[in-house]
Amino acid sequence: MSGLSYMRFELLRSARNRRYMFFAFGFPLVLYFAIAAPNRHTDNLNGSGISLPLYYMVGLASFGTMATMISAGTRIAGERQAGWTRQLRISPLSTREYFRAKVVTAYVMALLGLLLLYAAGLSLGVHMAFHRWLSMTGLMLAGLLPFAALGVAIGHLLTVDSMGAANGGIISLFAFLGGTWFPLSHHGFFFQLGRLLPSYWLVQASHVSLQGGGWGARGWVTIAIWALAMTVLARVAYRRDTGRV
Amino acid sequence: MSIGQENAQTASSAGPMGDGGAGIEVRGLVKTFRAPHGGSVRAVRGIDVSVAPGETVALLGPNGAGKSTTIDMLLGLQAPDSGTVQVFGGPPRDAVDRGLVGGMLQTGTLIRDLSVRELVEMMASLYPNPRAVDEVLARTGLAELGDRRTQKLSGGQVQRARFALALVSNPRLLVLDEPTVALDVEGRRSFWATMREVAGEGTTVLFATHYLEEADANADRAVLMAHGRVVADGPTTEIKARVGLRTIRATLPAIAIDELAALPGVLTAERHGDAVTLRCPDSDQAIRALLPAYPQARDIEIAGADLEEAFVQLTGDPDEEPDG
Repeated sequence: MSGLSYMRFELLRSARNRRYMFFAFGFPLVLYFAIAAPNRHTDNLNGSGISLPLYYMVGLASFGTMATMISAGTRIAGERQAGWTRQLRISPLSTREYFRAKVVTAYVMALLGLLLLYAAGLSLGVHMAFHRWLSMTGLMLAGLLPFAALGVAIGHLLTVDSMGAANGGIISLFAFLGGTWFPLSHHGFFFQLGRLLPSYWLVQASHVSLQGGGWGARGWVTIAIWALAMTVLARVAYRRDTGRV
Repeated sequence: MSIGQENAQTASSAGPMGDGGAGIEVRGLVKTFRAPHGGSVRAVRGIDVSVAPGETVALLGPNGAGKSTTIDMLLGLQAPDSGTVQVFGGPPRDAVDRGLVGGMLQTGTLIRDLSVRELVEMMASLYPNPRAVDEVLARTGLAELGDRRTQKLSGGQVQRARFALALVSNPRLLVLDEPTVALDVEGRRSFWATMREVAGEGTTVLFATHYLEEADANADRAVLMAHGRVVADGPTTEIKARVGLRTIRATLPAIAIDELAALPGVLTAERHGDAVTLRCPDSDQAIRALLPAYPQARDIEIAGADLEEAFVQLTGDPDEEPDG
């Protein structure tokens, strides 16, 4: 019960943080229109069968939501540095509830970011059956799990000073290698590497627009392994850190 | 050897978990930190402290005495290397989980993007039996600032808000680590007035300070710490007498310093030109002896205790202390 109330205040804080809102929502939207609006009639991007507005809608949604998930986790570092985590640790709020509030807040924000990009996509002519929108959203929310855990891990491994650079680098790398900015060709080193990353599968969520599209077993296994590995990393980072939280 | 005897012993050693009248029991507490360049810092070197429910106790000592480390272990924020801490009959973590503990730690700022009222409401929502938020804001002088965002508060206001967070939990044990550091004179006065009210309502209070005056004015008892040990524990008046060396300064030329040091109530005497400084365990006695003997003394000042200095006298050089 106390956990729910804490979550409510976390959401309120996120909604009031204007810089956070701009980078989480505004930035991907602006980029999306810059890339997709001039090319909105490209129906078959690189022979993939997917329209350019749809590809970049999902691409930028994956970029924005990855950033949202990671930065939500890394706010833990700020709260540690401010001594706030210690204040919470002498309250009845359990560590589990604290993390849950962080992750749920991140998911709510990510979902909001998705909906904004969907609206932008609709305005540029993206269309598919309602159930495909739903399953695409489901795939993306699942694909964000590793990033939620990664954010928590970074929040316990790094200090506030190094956070900006680290987050920027990590997100750019995942986005670049995962095909957020341009589709990966279906062979070669970058394709093989990209397929091992959760960001690739986030972008691949756009394939639900195709008949029978989706992830397939390979995507689910990759996401599951990353989610598990990042959760273990987050746990280790938290344990290592708690002596001096 | 009979089984009956063994049973009787077991029964008497296991106290009831919870509300059996226990306050804080600290036994043989030790905490050592690894120093950054190898070696170790023995922050707490085996201390025993008891605090009865409803008591207000000052943990008094200079910086580096081990007060904050002791408080961290008392709150379950750090695990002791050896020794035990019991809060209300159980481990600190249990008392914290049950919402019995409110604390104001030595360092810490507030999280941003909430108003003062929302922040206090949030903290209240985590506890089973909180105080009314409006009442707490009024008692901490924040009634006017309730709608202000936390990132816009001054240093003193942040400190008051942190006090409000500790109070709103309506704890049975209130722990305050150097609570008045960022406060001005008026802020301190009203802080301690509120603290005494809360203590008067039956809350057990433990606060750390390096000001003897704060301990003297606000606690029933002081536990004096230095170099990780308890060096004295008793009513504040007693502690004050032990460490409360006063100094008498006077202009008094041409008198041998040894004569002054030999006066009753004087511990040491020093001369700087025409001025002399007498360090006195009993300044009343010393001044009564000084004036008839040397009526030419003028510009007389009597100053209160310098705690740092008194600690050095009382405890010696930490490096010469034998290992515990």
